[in-house]
Amino acid sequence: MSAVADNYAKLQELGVEVLSVSVDSHFVHKMWNDHELSKMVEGGVPFPMISDQAGNVGRAYGVWDEGQGIELRGRFIIDPDGSIQAMEVMTPPVGRKLAESVRQIQAFQVVRESQGKEATPAGWEPGLPTLKPGPELVGNVWKVWKPSMEK
Amino acid sequence: MAEPPAGCGRVTGSVVGGTPADETPIPDETPKEEKAMAVRVGQKAPDFEAPAYHKGTFTNVKLSDHLGKWILLCFYPGDFTFV
Repeated sequence: MSAVADNYAKLQELGVEVLSVSVDSHFVHKMWNDHELSKMVEGGVPFPMISDQAGNVGRAYGVWDEGQGIELRGRFIIDPDGSIQAMEVMTPPVGRKLAESVRQIQAFQVVRESQGKEATPAGWEPGLPTLKPGPELVGNVWKVWKPSMEK
Repeated sequence: MAEPPAGCGRVTGSVVGGTPADETPIPDETPKEEKAMAVRVGQKAPDFEAPAYHKGTFTNVKLSDHLGKWILLCFYPGDFTFV
């Protein structure tokens, strides 16, 4: 959470709204922000920290763990039309790497801006060439993209 | 946004941008059966409205209020966990 808060400016620049969700009450969210996160991130958590005590939202997204009564580490990228473009769900002991979410959002934004005419190859990062899928590209991806181009 | 949070977060029963089928909260009375709505990429996100803490205030967040922007929605196991 602190990593996301710390990179919030970058996400804002990309026009991304962040929403975090856990089963803790909004009162506990305030305590966590005031007593810990605000000491890790200047100014505290800048995005809404949602409370889902009954797990209804988590169930709807398939991240509710019935046995533990908690939500798994689920991350969803939702586009401006409300469509889910990417999802990742992890068990609790391993944390996420925000840079990968940012990269995916940037890639989805490129695809969206091209109205689906462009695609991003494996390992793509901003600044690297995109692919223009079509008959000419079949069998010719090697001319524009090699795995060694991945940063 | 100004409305104070009331009760638990709930799904509207609709997807983002859709019309909620029923505005009244439906209590889950069948906990044994996991009635998880299957989310899939390329499909509309389930809409929800839930209480939240945001920069010093308590508020309500409705996902569909953010239509038109990219959303990074992150679930995590609990506050005060360290990962």
